[in-house]
Amino acid sequence: MNIVLRLAWRNLWRYPRRTWLTTGAMIFSNVLLVFMISIQIGTYGLMIDNTLEALTGHLQIQAPGYKDDLKMRQVVPDAISLAASVREGLNLQTVSARGAAFALASSEDRSYGIQVLGVEPMFEPGVSSLPGLTKEGRYLDDANAAEIVIGSVLARNLRVSIGGELTLLGSGRDGSIAAGIVTVVGVFHGGNKELDRGIAEVPIGYFEDTFDMQGAAHQIVINAGDYSKTEQLVQQANALLPADSKLVVHDWNALQPGLRQAIQADMGSAIFMYAVLVVLVAFSVLNTQLMSVLERTREFGIVMALGLTPGRLGRLVMLETALMGLVGLVMGSVLGGIVTSLFTVKGIYVPGMEEMAGQFNLPSRMYPQVSALTLIAGPGIVFLFTLLAAIYPAMRLHWLQPVAAMRAA
Amino acid sequence: MYMLRIMSTLAWRNLWRNHRRTIIMISAITIGVWAMIFMTALMRGMVNEMVRDGIRALPGHVQIHGRGFLDDPGINNLLPMKDEDVTASFDAAGFDAWAGRIRVPAVVTSERDSRGITLYGIDPVRERDITFVAGDIVEGRFLEDADDSGVVIGRKLADNLETELGKRIVIMSQDPDNEIADRGFRIVGIFEARLEAYETSMLFAGKSAIQKMLNVPDRINEVVVLGDDYRNVDPVVRKVTDLVGPGVEVLPWYEVDSYLGTMMTVMDGFVLVWMIVVFLALSFGLVNTLVMAVFERVREIGLMMALGMRPTSILLQIVIESLLLLLLGLLIGNVLAGATVYWLRDGIDISVVAAGMEMFGASSLLYPQLTAHDVVLANVVVLILGSIASLSPAWRASRYDPIEAITKV
Repeated sequence: MNIVLRLAWRNLWRYPRRTWLTTGAMIFSNVLLVFMISIQIGTYGLMIDNTLEALTGHLQIQAPGYKDDLKMRQVVPDAISLAASVREGLNLQTVSARGAAFALASSEDRSYGIQVLGVEPMFEPGVSSLPGLTKEGRYLDDANAAEIVIGSVLARNLRVSIGGELTLLGSGRDGSIAAGIVTVVGVFHGGNKELDRGIAEVPIGYFEDTFDMQGAAHQIVINAGDYSKTEQLVQQANALLPADSKLVVHDWNALQPGLRQAIQADMGSAIFMYAVLVVLVAFSVLNTQLMSVLERTREFGIVMALGLTPGRLGRLVMLETALMGLVGLVMGSVLGGIVTSLFTVKGIYVPGMEEMAGQFNLPSRMYPQVSALTLIAGPGIVFLFTLLAAIYPAMRLHWLQPVAAMRAA
Repeated sequence: MYMLRIMSTLAWRNLWRNHRRTIIMISAITIGVWAMIFMTALMRGMVNEMVRDGIRALPGHVQIHGRGFLDDPGINNLLPMKDEDVTASFDAAGFDAWAGRIRVPAVVTSERDSRGITLYGIDPVRERDITFVAGDIVEGRFLEDADDSGVVIGRKLADNLETELGKRIVIMSQDPDNEIADRGFRIVGIFEARLEAYETSMLFAGKSAIQKMLNVPDRINEVVVLGDDYRNVDPVVRKVTDLVGPGVEVLPWYEVDSYLGTMMTVMDGFVLVWMIVVFLALSFGLVNTLVMAVFERVREIGLMMALGMRPTSILLQIVIESLLLLLLGLLIGNVLAGATVYWLRDGIDISVVAAGMEMFGASSLLYPQLTAHDVVLANVVVLILGSIASLSPAWRASRYDPIEAITKV
């Protein structure tokens, strides 16, 4: 082993208690960082996928302005054939056209204002989880039938069950009155009150007749399978749009701006907390290294008198710090990894979590996701700040006068 | 007492023998305490604002409904007693503020478009102290009395419907016999709310006008009562329960909106965990400092013991030294946190993530809020855990054998 390295290592263990206390601070912070970051990563991915897979999909083709105003006349013309050509062009089955309207749905004893979606029964299961969650009855199968699938809360509130009839009353594309009678064929349990209370789906052909859409719809929904592929698909989809159309392609971030921003807001507060931890560790290191330099003043005076340059001594101090930091890094990452892995299977449950999690379409248990990134990110930054904290103690050596230092008490 | 004074003087002077170490440690404690209090103030500010907004927008502090209303909030779950009886008994009971409402789901249609909303038939004079809308009218006026034939709608809803102040809209809902009830109203006021969801989903009209339209004269389906403090609503719940008797549901706000309710509890838990985590990160440095302080004074401690100082006094001296360190850090940390909160009293603008905050149900202007409870908690946590942490080095110091200690190099 290199002599300087050996020297540094031995210096480190002159006061084992002190070194262990300082590395202890690092290990504590590192374990916490690994654990927290793993939870965050695990949660964010789930939050994005769960939120998008219900209805939104990863990208949509819409008329300009539709996503903000949601107006009936902001349409995608010839939506079904456009959806077909996009499906072919992207070589992706998970593309579906959809119309959307607000309507008053009335059963025999109740009426509620709801959003009615006109969907392609064949392709909707590829872009939305609701068809799969239709546990009672069946999902739509005929593109023109006067049938409807509704959310479970809505079904309860309207007091209808499978086979019951609903009257829809709303306004059509041109503002005229639109009305129709549909049979309930299925009830879905979306797991989210908003969806279960306020959404109903009818076949797109029926939708177009009822709401006088003249072949148009409002969205072409595309599911990318994995949200990281969104950007690439946006470009491809843009190229597939008819040359003269004003249609636009929105990615999920434009469709659900709250999602990324909620993650950013959460990350912001998390980063503040992590920063506090890291700074506290840095102070601990600063204290230890400053003390260890100060108590060796005489020793350093002697070796400097013997010809060692302050620069080399400074590097020795930095090396000591780096070794200590490395011990903290390795032990923190390993311990953090082990602790976190214990929770990856069973998940973490915090009382009161369901309510909070439900708001963000998350299950009531949190499942941390351990990866190289989550193991290294936090501890790596702690290591970096450990080194930064040692700069001042190391710099002090440059001001050391060998003679005065040797005489120091 | 005299002993204590000597011990304190000794501890104080010992503290400044190595001023660098002391200053670094005090800085670390200061940062820790500042982070504890500031972060807590931020979160508190956010949650309190959410709860206040939530309460103002909907539930009041206590709500009274017919059984089953929460699941099916409509015209079929009317309160069993008459509107005028409710008025008589609630006025006599002397609540801070209360109001009866009729609240039903409805569809609103303009010349251009239609939307599903919640229609509130309110008594504007009573609601002034309860609902946020009264103060947030940006165009036109608030409703004048229960017979007012106008409606007040949100800015965003007006935009979506492509309508404006002075125009007419049609509201459709159902009466108890499930006959469609509709009526035209003139828009007399437009409000803005901090959350877009309120602007798009709430529509206010005069209570009597709505009772007439829905064919339910002198009936209501919701009474809201405001107490003096939303943290302490149980007395109000009891008082209301005594007043209305069985047969109706009396619920505090945290059960009506369980997301907000759990948010409060989760927050309390989070605050404590955060403080303890910060303290633990600090404690390594604290113990380290004390260990070093004891270590370099071994001979001195031995001498004092040889001269007759009792081990308890040694222990006390070290603990006092640690407490002084903590108190200094706490003092500066508290002042700093207070100053930061004061400096940010106009709120922190985080509108870049506004849509994300809306997902949390919070607005994009954060007002940090310092509460006596949190400040006391932070100080108590630091002092108590700090004393416990300093016991181990202090104990070791008091157990030295005087002879060994004096001769230690």
